Formats: sequence, C-alpha cells, structure tokens
Amino acid sequence: MIRVSVQPEAIDAAAEQTAHDTGGHGASASFIGRVRGDGGLVELFLDHHPVLTAAGLEALAADAAARWSLAALTLIHRVGPMAPGDTIVLVLASSPHRAEALAAVEFLIDRLKTDVMLWKRERFADGRVQWVEQRGSDHGRAERWD
Amino acid sequence: MLRISYFAWVRERMGIAEEAVALPDAVASVADLIAWLAARDEAGARAFAEPQRICAAVDGHMAGPEAAVPRSGEVALFPPVTGG
Repeated sequence: MIRVSVQPEAIDAAAEQTAHDTGGHGASASFIGRVRGDGGLVELFLDHHPVLTAAGLEALAADAAARWSLAALTLIHRVGPMAPGDTIVLVLASSPHRAEALAAVEFLIDRLKTDVMLWKRERFADGRVQWVEQRGSDHGRAERWD
Repeated sequence: MLRISYFAWVRERMGIAEEAVALPDAVASVADLIAWLAARDEAGARAFAEPQRICAAVDGHMAGPEAAVPRSGEVALFPPVTGG
C-alpha cells in the first residue's frame, strides 16, 4: 500500500505510523525531517506547485516500489509556513527484510531534495528573509541512485 | 494563449503568480521564452537575469532549455528545488 500526501496540516507521525503498520510488516524503516531553528530562524515556508509537487512525490514512491520489494510506503511532505521543531517530511517504508526498507527510505529522502517541486524560504528573528539555495552535495547524494 | 506560472523567488520578482500570454512566433523553446520574458519589462529582467538558474515544466513535465514551448498549454518557471 502506498500513501502519498502533500499537506499544509501538521504531520501526525504517530498516527501515520499506526496506519502504516496495519500490515504487520517484518521490517519498517522511517525518517522524520524537522525544521531547525539555526541562526535565529523563526519560520520556514515551503512553496509548492498545486499539481506537480504531488505528482513528483507519487512518481518517486512508484520508483521506490519498483526498485525494492516494499509491503507499504508512506511519503508525506508538509507545505506552507512552519516553526522550528515542526515535522517537514515523513518517510515510512516496510518490507519483509530490513535492507530493502532502509535503502528505500534513504533513496526517497535523497531524491526528495532534487526531484520534487518544493522551495524553502527562511525568515529570521532579525527580519531577514531568504530563499534556500540548492546545495551541490544534495545532487551528489541523489545521483548515487541513477 | 499560453499560461505561465511562477514559483518561489521567480514569482516574487515577477510580482505575479501566473499570467496568460500570446507568444510571438519567434519564441520556440524554453530558452527563447525566458529570454523574451527577461527583455519584456523590469520584473522579467530581475526574475530572469540568470537563465541558468531557471528550471521549467511544460504541460506537467520537466523540460530543458531546448524543449519546445506550445502556443497554448502551461509552462511553469521556477528556481532549483530545495525540498526534503
């Protein structure tokens, strides 16, 4: 079962994990990405495309399901304004075997950073606002899976 | 008419989220479209000063600078993505 969501609502990781686990899978791996409050950051805003962001996540999920034997996959990305500590992204992958579950999670989180239409804008306590620039290291990690 | 939508700092510099335009015949590729927008007005010049930093999707599919631009349909223009 594949569940993909792009949502402005807070991600309820516990509820998602419970729903994901209904299959009683042998191995489940997870990743949670949260907003860091580094450098006086007070708000992180995630801009997205109303259609293509979800389509990109669905394509990534399908790619992962084709590469590894997954019993269940949950891929949820929050959009809109967020505060430090909020969960931005949740990835859950389950398989009969741990290696496949772990690899699928790593693949998804690496590719998320380069393949999906999402843009981060940071706002700081001193009033500065800046769009996050893509890092070369993100591309390096994503290209390992080509 | 071609519908163009803008995202992230491209949208902020353009001052609009989307618009519908009638393209001149000379605008054939994504690169042509970006150059045309850059030359059209001050907002376009600001948004597209560095064309190498602009990505595009044509009718829902990622498209390189050489990709053809349809006379009607949708083009999205945006900076490199930073999700995750």
